[in-house]
Amino acid sequence: MKPAPFEYVAPMEIAEALDVLARHGDAAKILAGGQSLMPLMNMRLARPRVLVDINRLAELAYISLGTDGALAVGALTRQRAVERASLVRTHNPLLASVMPYLGHVQIRNRGTIGGSVVHADPAAELPALCVALEAAFVLRSAARQRTVKAADFFLTYLTTAIEPDEMLVGIRFPAWNPQWRWGFQEVCRRQGDFALVGAVALLQMDEDAICQAARLAMFGVGGAPVRPQRAEELLSGQRLDGRVLDQVANAVAAELEPDADMHASAEYRQEVGGVVARRALEAALGQARGRGDR
Amino acid sequence: MTPQRSIQLRVNGRTYERTVEVRLTLADFVREELHLTGTHVGCEHGICGACTILFNGEAVRSCLLLAVQADGADLMTVEGLAQGEALHPLQQAFHEHHALQCGFCTPGFLMTACAFLQETSNPTEAQVREAISGNICRCTGYAPIVQAILLASRGG
Amino acid sequence: MDQTYIGAPIRRREDLRLLTGRATFTDDIKLPQMLHAAILRSPHAHARITAIDAAQAQAIPGVVAVFTFRDIAALAKPIPVRLYPLPGLEHFLQYPLAQDRVRYVGEAVAVIVAESRYVAEDAMDAMDVTYEPLPAITDVGEALHNQIVIHDEPGTNLAARYTLALGDSEGVFRTAPYTRKATFKVHRHTGNPLETRGLVASYDAGRGEYTVWGPTKVPHFNRAILASFLDISESKIHFIDTDVGGGFGIRGEFYPEDFLIPFAAMTLGRPVKWIEDRLEHLKSANHSRDVLCEVEIAAQRDGTLLGMRAQVYGDMGAYIRTHGGLVPSSTAALLTGPYRIPAYQCTVSCVMTNKMGLGTFRAPGRYESCFIRERLLDMVAADLQIDPVELRFKNFIQPSEMPYTVGQTRPNTPPTVFDSGNYPSALQHALDQIDYASLKPWQGRYQDGKYHGIGLGCFVKNTGQGPFEAARVVVSGVEKIAVYLGITSLGQGHETTMAQICADSLEVPLESFTIFHGSTDLMPFGVGTFGSRGTVMAGNAVHLACQKVRDKALAIAGRYLECDATQLVFRRGQIYRQGAEEQALLGLDDLVRLAGPASPYHLEEPGLEATAYFNSNQLTYSYGAHVAHVAVDPETGQLEVLRYVVVEDIGRCINPLLVHGQAIGAAVQGIGATILEELVYDDHGQLLSGTLLDYALPTSMDVPAIDSIILEEAPSPLNPLGVKGAGEGGIAATGAALANAVSHALAPLGIQVTELPLSPDRIRRWIRERARQSQ
Repeated sequence: MKPAPFEYVAPMEIAEALDVLARHGDAAKILAGGQSLMPLMNMRLARPRVLVDINRLAELAYISLGTDGALAVGALTRQRAVERASLVRTHNPLLASVMPYLGHVQIRNRGTIGGSVVHADPAAELPALCVALEAAFVLRSAARQRTVKAADFFLTYLTTAIEPDEMLVGIRFPAWNPQWRWGFQEVCRRQGDFALVGAVALLQMDEDAICQAARLAMFGVGGAPVRPQRAEELLSGQRLDGRVLDQVANAVAAELEPDADMHASAEYRQEVGGVVARRALEAALGQARGRGDR
Repeated sequence: MTPQRSIQLRVNGRTYERTVEVRLTLADFVREELHLTGTHVGCEHGICGACTILFNGEAVRSCLLLAVQADGADLMTVEGLAQGEALHPLQQAFHEHHALQCGFCTPGFLMTACAFLQETSNPTEAQVREAISGNICRCTGYAPIVQAILLASRGG
Repeated sequence: MDQTYIGAPIRRREDLRLLTGRATFTDDIKLPQMLHAAILRSPHAHARITAIDAAQAQAIPGVVAVFTFRDIAALAKPIPVRLYPLPGLEHFLQYPLAQDRVRYVGEAVAVIVAESRYVAEDAMDAMDVTYEPLPAITDVGEALHNQIVIHDEPGTNLAARYTLALGDSEGVFRTAPYTRKATFKVHRHTGNPLETRGLVASYDAGRGEYTVWGPTKVPHFNRAILASFLDISESKIHFIDTDVGGGFGIRGEFYPEDFLIPFAAMTLGRPVKWIEDRLEHLKSANHSRDVLCEVEIAAQRDGTLLGMRAQVYGDMGAYIRTHGGLVPSSTAALLTGPYRIPAYQCTVSCVMTNKMGLGTFRAPGRYESCFIRERLLDMVAADLQIDPVELRFKNFIQPSEMPYTVGQTRPNTPPTVFDSGNYPSALQHALDQIDYASLKPWQGRYQDGKYHGIGLGCFVKNTGQGPFEAARVVVSGVEKIAVYLGITSLGQGHETTMAQICADSLEVPLESFTIFHGSTDLMPFGVGTFGSRGTVMAGNAVHLACQKVRDKALAIAGRYLECDATQLVFRRGQIYRQGAEEQALLGLDDLVRLAGPASPYHLEEPGLEATAYFNSNQLTYSYGAHVAHVAVDPETGQLEVLRYVVVEDIGRCINPLLVHGQAIGAAVQGIGATILEELVYDDHGQLLSGTLLDYALPTSMDVPAIDSIILEEAPSPLNPLGVKGAGEGGIAATGAALANAVSHALAPLGIQVTELPLSPDRIRRWIRERARQSQ
């Protein structure tokens, strides 16, 4: 399993990289961590004519906190760096807590946060996380820079709103709401695998244990992460007892239209989608009771 | 002839300068160009971990890197663990605990464990199990590998 | 004889080179001028080949040759069956390259040879093969209708069928007070050694001789096949053993590449290397285990088993591999297991489909039959309201009945006779180890969102298959003893165990020995390393060879000292006079000198060396029990194995470190296979589980610590060492124990497991379907 021939470019400047993309469009592919792209190239399922190795673009690897409390993470930041950054632990504890679920340490040493996002495997954790956190993606081409919201970014399997001449340069996570409690649940064949189905939940509860705001993002349930609207509506303004959570779980299941593959039927993903949604919500509620202990 | 590039890198403390095809994987480079055949290839799609080496001190899958990406890098392979005839404590511990049978996965586990112990000095058994979960072994059932790494972590 | 090495947990001498990156696996072999091969494989499960155009491929710089069937036609023969050649199978054999039809995804269509593997793969992209797809058969039931026939000449997909009959099952089933029927399906999966297959072949045109690195497991047999293909004498072929990255039954059987690569080397006059990649391995290295069994059991109301009758169907794939009908045949042969079941009838069918061929994977047919039988016994226990453990104890063959003749369980083989065993004791050890008494209340208990279950499986395992193995021991001096084996090593540690046996036999330090194995030049005859036979057959051969060396030493010493050899003793590598053991008279250096061809004292054959063959036409039978404690999440179908106990009695344990290693490794393979792994084909015969992303091998996080107990309660009377084989017992009952555990766990939901694997999707489907049924 050896890659097909390609031209190799290792730009030292972002502008250089964007120029290559402008010239070659679809025939060029960006090499960041390589953890998703190299297997495809080794299997000759991906055959870019030009491989743009952006690993020298050090300015794309950063984690910084804006004055508004938003966390800005460069696209080339290694997943392991995100996992270990105290800035992330403090200013986006949900992101910090989900990172260890991504693959294995050897993958996270090279894999980048941007790479996982652009690869857009719907069974991956990061895209769903970005959707739940309402992150924004900064895309740059030779001609312009634009920001696309996570909700508009993931189109279908391995397909995003990114244009052939564009590169993801950064991810912006809105300021963390200190009142958020979160839960994360996934069903995988093995730890570190892509999920059969998974859920991310964010809850804001008031002192009377009424839900002020809720977000649910499901993954492994189709071509892209899903935020089940009806389920979120059912949570809002409610005291989240067992009956309500059951209703929400059923609403999630009803809203999902997953595909079947050799690992799980569509029915499995639907049913268990409801289950993991409920468990993620229960985990979030558990945090609320524990006053935010992780 | 497909495109080539010159690279310079350090491997096990030695500097090498080579001209390579840009599509040559790092695993193949180490094995074929440098004749360091201790690093093994098991899947070429980043699952089995047999090809694990240290890249600037971090455990990586060398089948998912191109040799040209190692320009300027500092690598360590299994051949760099022992000091002459003196085995690295991990190698000694693997031997003690029968943590290898066919030995094909062993270099990958050793390098993963080496990086892990550099980072985590007093691991629990659960931490060790997780640290090696990206390496596949078909022979030993993992338990003796976990015991060996724990033994080595205690300086034994 | 002082025993110092046998039974000791000696660390392995093989380890040093494996730990330091200095081992030599096949891909580590580099020869000057070496070329690299890649195999072009069919993307269709069933198709006619109407044209192959290699012009563009051959035009790529660095491509040296492209071979298709036309190029090998003069030499090509079908790959023969090595084991279990049931009548009829000979019509379903595979040629090394497809001629005008492909019959499974992955079938070899052409060999491309180039300066590098990279270029060879570029050439594969440029190959233009025109296929006319044909409908594919992927289901055994459908295949039996013969509407689509895979091999025209025999005109049927039923490649072979036979019935074995012991006792009077017709009478038993007519009169039995209780009977129970069930159908069981064991899933297709395989061993996946971490090293894929590979070969390096070199042809010396001057001498007309081939040297090949990479063949293992059954090198002498494979050499004979290759010699017959090439139409040359076997002595012109040299197979050199390398370090091997595991086999588990998959590696080493004669595959198409075992002919194609030496052929390429000979034709091109340059060495050729072929290293299989993982994707190729998953589709074109032997698959295993794929059987369906319709079975019925008869018993008394008190649980005494009376009879069993069954139909076993093996999904053999598109071609019969070298194992012939082994997988379904072995499933049938030991279906009754360690129990007294006086009447047993089974019809075995080998059915062809458009899939990769079936071969052996660790404990072939035994993993399958244990699952079938042990599940059935738990069903019987539930029906008759007898404790499943009591049901086993009630029906075990007892030690007092040994040796126990089961009867002829396969055509053209001697009857199955269990040589020795204490089956109740093994089960008791397992129950004690897991503390079954205190775990029993957990059966079907729902706690913290999970259902708990404890399941067991008992097994017997044929080991030590004959007919022979050979060993040669050559003493060159003190600490200079070479031992040559006819078997190979695939990671088991033979270099250490054989040295242990020799060291005890000759009473010299372990370090005196160097063990050479596997190369066909070392020993003229050999059978191979499979079916847990290495220690039994080669171990006894080295023991006998050492005994012969001892006898020679005494005879030579007698000549030199001018006394009768019976007045001397050979102890600790030295010669003493009987009763005067403070004074050594001769050491090994002296004896070697005296044995030399120029010495007046040498025997008829000079040299202090001996070759011995250990012959056996009877199998030894290891046995044991597995017990598993699992917790099942009914909402997600996920399964957690909380505890797993393996007990195996191997008669006599040469090296407990290695035997435990085998048991634990095998158990983890079996647990992984039972929960995670499946080779899945779609209706068009496309292999969906084509990468290790989809074919999920167990990692360190997926399995618990395994409790392994080795017993030596029933040595084998069939060989001087008393050993039975080890290596497969750890996997044999994994499907059974886990499936029984899950069945107990989900009994409150009415689930009875009859198929594998125990994946979350399956478990949820069973729960969902059962819930719908009860509505």
